Amino acid sequence: MSQITQRVELPVGSMGRHASGWWGMIMLIATEGALFGYLLFAYYYLAVQHGRDWLPPVLPGWAWSIPETVVLLVSAGVVWLAERRLARDGGDLLLVVMLLVAALLGVAFLVLEVFDWASESFTPYTNAFGSLFFAITGIHFLHLFVGVLILFVLALWAALGYFDRRRTAILMTGALYWYFVSLSWLAFFFTLYISPRLSVG
Amino acid sequence: MTAAEYHRVPRIIGADYDSPIARTLERTWETKPGIYGWISSVDHKEVGIRYLVTSFIFLILGGCMALVMRLQLATPNESLLTPEQYNELFSAHAITMIFLYAQPVLSGFSNYLFPLVLGGRDMAFPRMNMFSYWLYLAAGLFMYSSIIVGAVPNNGWFNYAPFSLKEYNPGMNMDFYALGMVFLGISTTVGSANFVVTFLRMRAPGMSINRVPILTWGTTTISVGNLLAVPSVSLAFFLLWLDRRFGTHFFKPEGGGQPLLWQHLFWMFAHPWVYVVVLPAMGMVSDALPFFCRRPLVGYTVVVLGTITTMALGFGVWLHHMFATGIPFLASVFFSGASFVIAIPSAVSVFAWIATIWSGRPVMTCAFLYFASFIVMFTIGGVSGVMTAAVAADLQLTSTYFVVAHIHYVLIGINLFAVLGALHVWFPKMTGRLMDEKVGLVAFWIIFIGFNVAFLPMHATGFLGMPRRIYTYPAGLGWEATNMLTTVGAFILAVGLLTYVINILRSRSSGALAGPNPWDGGTMEWATPSPPPPYNFPVVPTVASRHPLWEGRIPEGVGRSEWRNGMALDDGKEALATTVLDAQPDAILKMPEDSPAPFIVTLTISAFFVGLLLQLWWLAGAGGFATLAGLLVWLWPERELEQRAGAAQ
Repeated sequence: MSQITQRVELPVGSMGRHASGWWGMIMLIATEGALFGYLLFAYYYLAVQHGRDWLPPVLPGWAWSIPETVVLLVSAGVVWLAERRLARDGGDLLLVVMLLVAALLGVAFLVLEVFDWASESFTPYTNAFGSLFFAITGIHFLHLFVGVLILFVLALWAALGYFDRRRTAILMTGALYWYFVSLSWLAFFFTLYISPRLSVG
Repeated sequence: MTAAEYHRVPRIIGADYDSPIARTLERTWETKPGIYGWISSVDHKEVGIRYLVTSFIFLILGGCMALVMRLQLATPNESLLTPEQYNELFSAHAITMIFLYAQPVLSGFSNYLFPLVLGGRDMAFPRMNMFSYWLYLAAGLFMYSSIIVGAVPNNGWFNYAPFSLKEYNPGMNMDFYALGMVFLGISTTVGSANFVVTFLRMRAPGMSINRVPILTWGTTTISVGNLLAVPSVSLAFFLLWLDRRFGTHFFKPEGGGQPLLWQHLFWMFAHPWVYVVVLPAMGMVSDALPFFCRRPLVGYTVVVLGTITTMALGFGVWLHHMFATGIPFLASVFFSGASFVIAIPSAVSVFAWIATIWSGRPVMTCAFLYFASFIVMFTIGGVSGVMTAAVAADLQLTSTYFVVAHIHYVLIGINLFAVLGALHVWFPKMTGRLMDEKVGLVAFWIIFIGFNVAFLPMHATGFLGMPRRIYTYPAGLGWEATNMLTTVGAFILAVGLLTYVINILRSRSSGALAGPNPWDGGTMEWATPSPPPPYNFPVVPTVASRHPLWEGRIPEGVGRSEWRNGMALDDGKEALATTVLDAQPDAILKMPEDSPAPFIVTLTISAFFVGLLLQLWWLAGAGGFATLAGLLVWLWPERELEQRAGAAQ
């Protein structure tokens, strides 16, 4: 018999990166990342095609978008701390609280985003810029909405005692999604709020 | 409930298909009887066969549409169809063949074969696997329901703006197509993710990535391609739907949109898609042709590298569909060059197959004939593709019947011929019975002659300047003879396919018994009985070479493969995960039981899309909410699957 079938101790069930779900999340992130890439392509393609008349007279504002960016990054940091806490101390009440805090920060982002939309000088129907601004932020909004639901569900499962130091796979997988949707905001933030202010072209 | 199990040293036992453990596994893995069992099944073999049957039905429907079109085009000034009907027919024909037949049929083979050739028990995500099938069926029915309301998509499969916009196309035709494609995209994505993770994680111990069959390389490569390309077309169709329904300005020139943005987004997806519908078929030929040449494939490594390179380059050539749109000269030149370059990795496989036949001892079965003619057709379709890669030639040939001839040589030659041959090879594995070779031979020659009579003269129709997508043509332009030939050929082809289908149906019940390995194949699926039991292998096999069943006959690999002794994974539904490159044992996975969740969630997603289509926002909202709720129940951590923390902490 080959050496490979020698007796080895193997993890059983969902164990960290041994779990299929974690790999599935990588696939989801790959395809959603591609989606975000195509959205940005559409934006920059139309921007290049238009030249100087692409941007609206009043650019997308900072007033809501900077607080949005801050709460989202803090939320991702809290999830990261929660993940570390689970690996070190197992599932406890503090873990549940951390996940709830992260989820509520996500809700805060969604609320701020709605205020941002209301404050802009253009609508999806104004012109191509407006359509793309709302398509990009809208599609990201939906992804974040799903992410918030995931964080709430993770908090619930943590409260039910489903996680311990070794059964971390589900939390790891959910957290991965949250890192993805929150960090990809930075690309959109740069494109929609910062790049119009860079004096190029 | 027993305490949670975190680690285990699996027992090593010897077992065959008659042993007690096999009977236990049979009970654990089998699909339960009855309609509920049928709906809940997650067996990859069941998924594969359903994909195959459904895609063949779509093939027949799409073929019938083609025949009606060929009647209309047989002679000049025909009036069998109105221009509107003709538009709907050629669009529905293309959508059916490209999206509902060509890729799903390959998914069928891959779903059936992946775990068997990889020496595993199931795909990485069994429930998602059946989910992808249900979604495919639902999306297909969604698009086909446009026939009932008489609003079939009418703008060709690539659906250019601005004709697809509401101002020019006010009916629901485009809405069916737009939403249907977003819907189908979910199925493709789910299926692709499953193939990639299965390839990376679910191979038998020892099956390092240089020992897997080429089919799995092909399907995995295109699955990665799908994950990266499908979002482009889903986005394009979603934005189109927004333009149509809500008056946004993505593709509308008024308001600053760009019709060409559609073409970019569409072809960034659709050019890779061309490889999506051929690379797994090429993989099946690379795996099965050697059975009939009595030797391993020549150049395994370069064929694999060629497959991956073709897919990667396939992302960089989309602009060659747009040479005639007035894009900058430099862009045309760059993409023309890239399109020439892609011929090189594609041709690697051709030479590998020729060398395999040349240096082997060919056995003239039906499957061999399909594969051999596949190589010829691939060459013809490839060369006509290279011709249109040249900008100057393309400006003359684009939107003529030359392009139609090219795509049919590619899709029928490389996809359908490979599929028909592959079915001869693996039908005995699926059913336990051989397909009749005599009837098969008759069917092959009718199909081969019909296809070439139909499509070889079509190149000339294109050279003579006949534009595609016109519902009729005047007499006296020199197009009569080739058009008549094409129509005659199409009907011969149809007769051949009918013969083929009759052969399948007859052999299904009365074919000769196949036994486990009728072709003396060398890969792992031939170590199982025909048809294989639900659990595939009683113990976890160990693989030491590319052809475990040919060991001792050919010098390949080190050590011996072993599938009668190995790890016993029999504590419920279990499978082994292995490491990505070397396939060392990595984890014992708890596989999910049969579940109605994939079916139910498909129904709720269908309600969501129907709501969007009919603008019944309450229905869309209810469908969306029910989908999220369904997914929550589906993904709820289960103790039986060892997803929850143990009680003893």
